[in-house]
Amino acid sequence: MILAATGSGPVIPHYGTGSRCVVENHAFCSSWVSAHWGDTLQPALVQHVELTGIAVGIGFAIAFSAALLAYRRRWLSGPIEGISALLYTIPSLALFQILVPFTGITTTTVEVALVAYTLVMLFPNFVTGLNSVPADALDVARAMGFTRRQTLLRVELPLALPAIVAGLRVAVVSTVSLATVAAFLLPKGLGYPIFLALKEPSPFRTEIYAAGALAVGLALAADLLLVAARRVLAPWAHRGVA
Amino acid sequence: MTALAVFRRNSRRLGRSSGSPRGAEIRLESVSKHYAGAETAAVENLSLTIEAGELCVLVGPSGCGKTTTLRMINLLIAPDSGEIKIDGRSTRAASVTELRRGIGYVIQEGGLFPHMTVAGNIGTVPRLLGWSRGETRKRVSELLELVGLDRSLAERYPAELSGGQRQRVGLARALAGDPPLLLMDEPFNALDPVVRERLQDELLRLHRELAKTIVFVTHDVDEAIKLGDRIAILRQGGALAQFDSPDSILARPASDFVRQFVGENRALRRLALRRLDQIELAPSGKADAGLPTVPAAATVREAVSLMIETGTRALSVVGEDGEARGTIRFDDAAGLLK
Repeated sequence: MILAATGSGPVIPHYGTGSRCVVENHAFCSSWVSAHWGDTLQPALVQHVELTGIAVGIGFAIAFSAALLAYRRRWLSGPIEGISALLYTIPSLALFQILVPFTGITTTTVEVALVAYTLVMLFPNFVTGLNSVPADALDVARAMGFTRRQTLLRVELPLALPAIVAGLRVAVVSTVSLATVAAFLLPKGLGYPIFLALKEPSPFRTEIYAAGALAVGLALAADLLLVAARRVLAPWAHRGVA
Repeated sequence: MTALAVFRRNSRRLGRSSGSPRGAEIRLESVSKHYAGAETAAVENLSLTIEAGELCVLVGPSGCGKTTTLRMINLLIAPDSGEIKIDGRSTRAASVTELRRGIGYVIQEGGLFPHMTVAGNIGTVPRLLGWSRGETRKRVSELLELVGLDRSLAERYPAELSGGQRQRVGLARALAGDPPLLLMDEPFNALDPVVRERLQDELLRLHRELAKTIVFVTHDVDEAIKLGDRIAILRQGGALAQFDSPDSILARPASDFVRQFVGENRALRRLALRRLDQIELAPSGKADAGLPTVPAAATVREAVSLMIETGTRALSVVGEDGEARGTIRFDDAAGLLK
């Protein structure tokens, strides 16, 4: 079921026509990177952003709903955390194999696995955030005549925001890294050039370095974006003594 | 125009004075509360009428049910039995959010929302009531002035304020919707003595100016004596030990419990409740020339203390303008307590 390299696809270096660097198998060939940016690296990067974005997005929706539920019914917190931790222990390649009979060799299979892994990072952080809302603030909100919904939207969620962002940061960075494994199932994402290069007997390694560096860069960029978002959305968390 | 006048005018204009502008009457009728698992009742069959515009202090040792009583007024705690009426209307009659939006609530350290600026905190109730942005902003600056805070603090977060400033913001926030009734739960406990005293004075000033009904909980009997028009002393189980003016409680403690709770030096503390400009002074005669002077704003207790210090039995009372207002004699001071 693992794919074969598709003929003389763009990833396999063309020794004959490649640059000198490529032909002589240098450690890293920037000429290869610029030559194959458009047909290999850029599409892989876009696919990778998609794989990660969808996984974290759906994971967020699930973990967020579960956290709200567990915030109202405390006893649910333990079991939900247990299940998400259990999911996380399943090796990704094994999980793909388990899912294929149900969802086939599809993006869905990959996403289900990636979503399952985000929960262990998102859910506990969300619950911690909600539980850390000061009792005084809740008491006063109630006394001022906030409805439950107003309390949630105007007090509880804003105060939980730093913890929510903290969970998202861990989840995004680790999902960017995990999503490279998708290439074992699908020709998608930054894992794919790496996967192909590993299968190749040639010592040419530029695509591994390039795709790896892009994954690291993507993770860093996403992380910085989240930090910036927190500064904008929760300015109070950065000022004063508290 | 003064901050107070602006506050009043805008309160009227916005139609926010839902009850009487002079505060609401609160009537507790045989109210009881028993927490599940507790051996004794927190509050047992408590009946109490707090008059409109009165500053009533609930005081007592811990476990006397004073905070429970306060929190039953805005239904943060539901009474097991009995009835609480605000201006004759049962608190159960209206929706609980409506009820609470008409009652200001202040707790220790102000209980501010840490994620909102000072302006955001003070504007909370106006926003809930659906005021426009402009009206809310104007109201916030009025209130900052009313509680003696600089407008430059509006964009600060609570963590960037001192304890006393936070407490003032908490008070401003509670006043924002111009409620006829304020509930204050040990609001000044966390403050150092100097700031605490200043805020007590400010609260008295605001109470004089705004004439709201205030129910104030404390465990500090001196704070109760200083602030209260009347004091309700509660004992274990929420039983009312005495409900009277500070002077009457000091003069005639109703029981050994009250006597013990109120403490010593009752005569001197009663003298501290009277200022020289509030009592009748003997006219200054020729013989009084050369007496030590005391400002008219001082208390009788301070005057007596000065007599002991200076070894005289009379003092000349002078106003702020330096003019003699009369003479206070030791015997007259003692006679005040009859």
